[in-house]
Amino acid sequence: MANQTKPVLHGYFRSSCSWRVRIAFALKGVEYDQVPINLIRDGGQQLTQEYKTLNPMQQVPAVEIDGITLSQSLAVIQYINETRPGPRLLPADPKKRAQVRMISDLIASGIQPLQNLYVIQKVGAEKMQWSHHFIDRGFQALEPILKQTAGKYCVGDEISMADICLVPQVYNAERFKVDVGQYPTIKRLNQALLEIEAFKVSHPSCQPDTPDDLRA
Amino acid sequence: MANQTKPVLHGYFRSSCSWRVRIGNFKIPLNLLYSLKLTQEYKTLNPMQQVPAVEIDGITLSQSLAVIQYINETRPGPRLLPADPKKRAQVRMISDLIASGIQPLQNLYVIQKVGAEKMQWSHHFIDRGFQALEPILKQTAGKYCVGDEISMADICLVPQVYNAERFKVDVGQYPTIKRLNQALLEIEAFKVSHPSCQPDTPDDLRA
Repeated sequence: MANQTKPVLHGYFRSSCSWRVRIAFALKGVEYDQVPINLIRDGGQQLTQEYKTLNPMQQVPAVEIDGITLSQSLAVIQYINETRPGPRLLPADPKKRAQVRMISDLIASGIQPLQNLYVIQKVGAEKMQWSHHFIDRGFQALEPILKQTAGKYCVGDEISMADICLVPQVYNAERFKVDVGQYPTIKRLNQALLEIEAFKVSHPSCQPDTPDDLRA
Repeated sequence: MANQTKPVLHGYFRSSCSWRVRIGNFKIPLNLLYSLKLTQEYKTLNPMQQVPAVEIDGITLSQSLAVIQYINETRPGPRLLPADPKKRAQVRMISDLIASGIQPLQNLYVIQKVGAEKMQWSHHFIDRGFQALEPILKQTAGKYCVGDEISMADICLVPQVYNAERFKVDVGQYPTIKRLNQALLEIEAFKVSHPSCQPDTPDDLRA
């Protein structure tokens, strides 16, 4: 598909959902522009009227691509997968594909929304314990599932959307002091994936909006 | 694809995620089994200890949207996602707004942890989600959520409106959501799968 303009990702260096999209672009070799949306500065730049027109949920990421604007990282990732050449991000086999979606959704619906900024702001003082609880619970479920499905990567031996969801969630787990060592399969997969170029170049420590004190 | 055994849905009459799967599977004979989700037995089916879980074609799947897309890809019949990639992305965006952005914040496990303020908490997050969904649907909707074909987005919308009503959200504030919900509730698949007429619906909530 011939595209005149580069996609534009509105995101935040440390947003795990934004990182997922950055990984997908990198895996597919798609060049894109980034417009940083600082979730803390100015009371949260995602709350401006301007950003609201891009994403009425007032969250990151939002992606302008091929003349449309998409939010929800997994919708973006599957769109990129279906319209760009390069390594596939979901398996060819329908059962494996369902497992990739199941793992991705366990993370993207079952864990991350419970510890994202908007929710923990509402939780207030107990946000650390709250987030820790829900990530731990999610990983307790994810670990036995991955034990069954994983080969070299989350599902078999091909990198997929499940891996794209896993690594940023482990990063979040570490921020909330979850002991990932309790989850050996998650730990092993995360370590293997962090060696891969697409996961490295998209890492929060080296984005245009990464603050100096967090830069790699 | 020839399948010897009927798929088995482990769900709950009033679980919106279970309802999504029932809608998506309308034409497919399903064994509906209602489990106590906190048992060790159920945990082996779904380690997240939530409903639904579906045994199908020799595997067990959880996460309703993974199930729905698997059904869509392996069974004949009307497609549940559009053929056009951009429309398909919009269907997924709307589905995920609901399935990641709203429902997880008001599901049973979370509101048990919230405690006494659970009504206000759930009301807040559903309202916020619908405030975002309304302008999106205004852009994407034709007869249904995206254009004029029923899709996974519609499958997610109706159970979420049901939840909204349980938490006393005034859906009248969201005219597009209201219109779509009303149109969809007239459709057979949405009626037969409704919480008011499931095998495990308590008598006092039966239609």
